[in-house]
This record gives sequence, structure tokens and C-alpha cells, in this order.
Amino acid sequence: MALKNQRGSFFRTHILVFLLPAALIYTLFMIIPLIDTVRYSFYDETAEGITSFVGWDNYILILTDERWWTDFSNALENNFIFFVIHMFVQNPIGLLLAALLSLPRLKMANSYRTLIFMPTMLSVVIIGFIWKLILSPLWGVGDTLVGFVGMTDGLPALLGEESTALITLSFISVWQFVGIPMMLIYAALLNVPDDLVDAAIVDGANQWTAFWRIKLPLILPTIAMVSVLTFVANFNAFDLIYAVKGALAGPNFETDIMGTMFYRTFFGYQLQPGSATLGATVASLMFLVILCGVMLYLFVIQRRLQRYQL
Amino acid sequence: MKKSNLTLGTSVAAIALAAASLTPTASAFADELVIESWRTDDLDIWESQIIPAFNKSHPDIKVRFAPSPPTEYNANMNAKLTAGTAGDLITCKPFDASLDLYNKGHLTKVDDIPGMENFSGVAKSAWQTDDGSTTFCLPMASVIHGFIYNKEAFKELGLEIPKTIPEFMATLEKIKEDGTYIPMSMGTSDQWEAATMGFQNVGPNFWAGEKGRKGLIDGTEKLTDPQYVKVYEHLAEWGPYLGKGYKGQSYPDSQNLFSLGRAAIYPAGSWDISTFNGQADFEFGAFPPPVPAGQDTCYISDHTDIGLGINAASKNVKAAETFLSWMASAEAGSIFSNALPGFYALSKHELTISDPVAQEFVSWRGKCESSIRNSYQILSRGTPNLENDLWNTSVGVINGSMTAEEAAKKAQDGLASWYKPQQ
Repeated sequence: MALKNQRGSFFRTHILVFLLPAALIYTLFMIIPLIDTVRYSFYDETAEGITSFVGWDNYILILTDERWWTDFSNALENNFIFFVIHMFVQNPIGLLLAALLSLPRLKMANSYRTLIFMPTMLSVVIIGFIWKLILSPLWGVGDTLVGFVGMTDGLPALLGEESTALITLSFISVWQFVGIPMMLIYAALLNVPDDLVDAAIVDGANQWTAFWRIKLPLILPTIAMVSVLTFVANFNAFDLIYAVKGALAGPNFETDIMGTMFYRTFFGYQLQPGSATLGATVASLMFLVILCGVMLYLFVIQRRLQRYQL
Repeated sequence: MKKSNLTLGTSVAAIALAAASLTPTASAFADELVIESWRTDDLDIWESQIIPAFNKSHPDIKVRFAPSPPTEYNANMNAKLTAGTAGDLITCKPFDASLDLYNKGHLTKVDDIPGMENFSGVAKSAWQTDDGSTTFCLPMASVIHGFIYNKEAFKELGLEIPKTIPEFMATLEKIKEDGTYIPMSMGTSDQWEAATMGFQNVGPNFWAGEKGRKGLIDGTEKLTDPQYVKVYEHLAEWGPYLGKGYKGQSYPDSQNLFSLGRAAIYPAGSWDISTFNGQADFEFGAFPPPVPAGQDTCYISDHTDIGLGINAASKNVKAAETFLSWMASAEAGSIFSNALPGFYALSKHELTISDPVAQEFVSWRGKCESSIRNSYQILSRGTPNLENDLWNTSVGVINGSMTAEEAAKKAQDGLASWYKPQQ
């Protein structure tokens, strides 16, 4: 404090100096490309590489042309299902695991924590490969496993059927990433002072009530943050679908999400030539969807969250 | 302190080494021909067989085969050609990728090179301008589609090779009834398998090969015409004869099912031969795609895959032309086709191949009319892309989620949405 009063101007330069590297890198690698992508979506490119300004034409094409809109709305819908499954399966399981891990008398908590977090650290390509093998109707262990519960016909081709492919992929992703909400919530739970829980238990509460009445309200801000991270990550998702189903996201585009649609549009696929400008338009629309979601969170949810000073 | 010095020294040495290995060696000799290619697998065959054979008749021209990774080949070639560091001979991908290089002035015209008269129009079509007036790469190799079958299984069940589609379906039905083998090994998970091994394999028999392919390009035929709907209808019949869980079966799965002897028939591309030679411990043979009942002429997909062109900026154009002209000869064709069973030289010379299955495939060239995959020339330039739509619709009809009419309509609507002659 004294330092600031005596040499206020010096202290401010200091702040700038510390902010500069991050601001510079962030601007260079995130903000400029983002703005340039949006700018590029207003252009059209011919085969000879000549670009010309076309205004909203690309957006109008994607949102009104029957084929583009079918593809886009299908990807958006699938992406929404992908997100909902993460939100309502992955995060509650993460919360449950974190709550169990933070129980005072749990043995080997560290081992569990490491094991559950392990898949998150594996490469998506490996995850995709392992699950494709497990679920393979030809060589997978699935047939034997469902045989134990009386399904003699064996496991259907979960990744190949139009009705089950997307849900199966969502659950694979949930299995892989459940460690992240678990870790974040676990860290928040550790911050809850033991005195509060002890006091409640002295007052006659059991662990269950203590969790719902004391711990959960205290970690709500973390849960909200986990939710918004889930939203952003899911609408940016691409790798697992690409690794398992390829950029054509079969069968019949049932597993196509925004990321794979963007990839096909931007880079092209097989004999299909890519279009950088239309790709930029899809990317901008993805950005818009994510932006709307995050804004909704910031203005509607975050403001109502009560924070407690611990 | 000592330790860190040591690490520093090591890393400096490592960087120096890496830098040394990166120094271009391609420009070493003016009289050396460098061949750019994506076929890294073929390096040994070029060095031990093809180049020595060439040097027997042309000892004065040095040739070096310098492949780069397949996935980066197109981008790599574009960059090298623009920068002027590319080799003298450029291995050409079929159709638009190479046409693009020619239009940018990176490849020379090869029509007048002696030996070019040995190639048919179909063979050259992959490396010609849209009007067919100029050829810019020498057709080097093609792959042929057909069916590979397990000879022992056929003998055990007393089956004959099916010649027509009704016979083919009856054969599948018999294998299914017997139950020892999966009738046919193909999956729809990878999508391209259904389109390439299914649609493009049996299709030419329905749309009369080149006639149908050209008809689509000039707009006189539509994918909703009966001959195309019939292809989809035929594919739809395949579903019940594929293995359990074929919807989740990938291409390597299909190969394994066949090479493990669990499936009797495998819809194939000739490139599968070398895989099966290495893996299958039973005798296998091949038969051409069966024709619809009552049809005499048969058509096969003899798809142009690899070409060889001359870098317009090369300092050794004369030597490169000599090499191309030699590659067009019967001798080179025979060496190439024998070294790589399943890849066939495209010249009109009679080819004799020692591998019996590869020989069987190539013998169909004499009996049937050759054509190439109908979505590759011109028709896949727009969005939605015809090739992608064929993948999607072929899977759709085999899986039973689309009817033949729906599939044909989807492919036709997609093509007509951007391709003028179809509108």
C-alpha cells in the first residue's frame, strides 16, 4: 500500500509489464484470428484464388439453402444432444464422485482419483480406438458381457446404428472427461472448512444433510463454472467424432456435430474441395452459438449466484 | 554445471545433425532425374527393380526415387513446385489435383512423347484437360474391382463361380443356409467401403461403363434413371448376407474376416491381393462383378490411380521424356505390375503377371469393357460432393434406412444443385 502511494505511476507500469505477455499472445493467437475469421466469412473465393466481398451471402446460403440448412440444423441438433448428455450425465456423476472422494473416512481416495482422471489424460485417438474395439460387433468383448445378462443375440452395432451412434459416442466422451468436473468440484469441496461440517454434525445433521445444506450451496459457483466449460467444450468438440466416425460423421450424418461440419466445409473431404470462406462462416456461426450460451450464463445465472466468504 | 554443459553440447550436436539431414540433396546432379511420389511403400521396388531395368537400356541417365508422406503429398508438391525445388518427374494423383498443377503451368504436355499411343482414352482420362485435348501425365497404374472368394469354402459347399446377378444372389443364399461361413465380408461403418467396393464395383455393369459415366457428365443420363436405381436395388439385397454387426464393421475388419477364413466372398479392390497373399493361409480366387441376367457384355471398374508427369521447370526435360517413353513400354509395364500385384500398368500391351489372382483380375480387361469410377471426373467439384453423396446413399440402402429411389434422388438432387448439365 505504501509503495503505491509513494510511487503510484511506477506501480502501474508494473501491472502493464505483467499483463503484456499474456495480452500480446492472446491477441496474436486468439483475438486477431477470431476477428479475421469473422471478416473472412463475408468474402467469397473463386477457384483461382480471387476473393471478393459478398456481404451476408454466405450466411444467407447456409441458413436458407435447403441442403446447407439441413446439414447445419442437423449438426446443431446433434451437438445439442451431445451437450445435454454431458450436462446431465457427466456433471452429476462428477459431482457424485467428488462428494464420495471428499468423505472423511474414505480409504485409497488418491488411487480412485488418479484412476478416474486417467482417461482424461489419454489421447482421444486412443480412446476412440479402444472403444471401437470394445464395441466391435465382430471381435469386441461386448457380446460376452451382454451374454451374462441374458442377451443371447449379442451386442448390436452401437456405433453403426443410426439410432444409437450419437448417444454411444456421447457416453464414451462422458467416460473420458468425467475426471474434469470431478477434479474441479473436489478442489472446491476441499475448500469448505471442516468446522462448518463438524458444527452441523454436532447439531445433529448426518453427512447427507451436511452435503446438501452446507457443502453444495458453497460449491454452486464451481458447478456453474463447470457447466459453462462443458457447454463451450461440447460446442467446440470434434476430435472424438472424427477419430471414430471420420469427417463424414456417419451413419447418414447422425453423429455430425458443428466441429465435423466445419472441418468438412473448410478443409474439404476426399474428393470434395474445401471452401475457406464458407468454412469461416460455419466457424462464425459456431462462435455465435457459443457466445449466446455464455452470455446467457453471465447475465442470467452468474448474477443470481450467491457467494459466501469462507 | 558440468552436467548442463554436457546436455547443451549434446543438443547442439543434435541440432547440427538434424540441420545437416535437412539440407536438400535433390539438386545434387544436373543429369540426375528425381521422381517425386507419395508411394513410400514402393521405394524398394523402384530401387531394386524398375530403375536398374531402365539403366540397362539407358546407362547414361541417373534416376532417383524420392517419395514423401502420402497425406502431405498434395500440399508438399504445390509448395515445392511453386518454390522451384521439386524433382523432374512428378507422380500424378488422378483428376483435379493434377489438373490444377497443369493449369498452373507446373506440368508439361506429354501427348507427343513416343509411347503415349499405347494408352486408351479411358486410361488417359484421369490426366487430361476437361475437353480431352491435352494429356499431362503418363498413365502408370490402375486398380481393378471384382470379388475375391475363398476357393476352399466354395469347394466344400460345392459352389460354382456366379456369372449373373441371380446366380450371385443364389450363391449367397446357399452359403447363408449352410451357415459355416459368413456369405460376404463388407461393412458400412467406414462408408467408402460401401461406395467403392459396392456401388462402383458392380455399378458399371448396370450403367454400361463409359457410356453411363460420360452420360452423367454431359447431362444425358440422370442418377434417377432406372440403370442407377437398379444398382441401389441390388446393393440393398446385400444387407442380409453381410456378417452380424456389419453396420459397425470397418474396412480392416472386413479384410480380417476374409483372411481368417470366416467369410466366403469379399468385394475387393485389386490392391487387397497383396494383403491377402500375406495373411490368408487358404487358396483364394477372383471373379468379375456378375452381370444382370441376360446381359452379354460385362463392364469392369479399371480405375486409374497413379500417373507420371514432367515438371515444367525441370532442367532435364529431354531425359525425363526418355524415361516416360520407357515407362510406356511393355517391359516397364510388366516389371511394374509384377512387383506390385494388384496395381496394373495401363498400356495396351498384353500383361503377364505371375501372381495368379492378380493375373485373373487383369485378364478381365480382355473380356470386359473398362471404365473408371463415375464420380471422379468433374462430378465431384462442387458441394454437395457426388462422391460423398454416393458413400452416404450406398450405406443408406445397404443398412436399409433408405430405399433405392430415395438414394438415387438424393444423389441426383445434390449433383443437380450445382452441376449445370444436370439442371
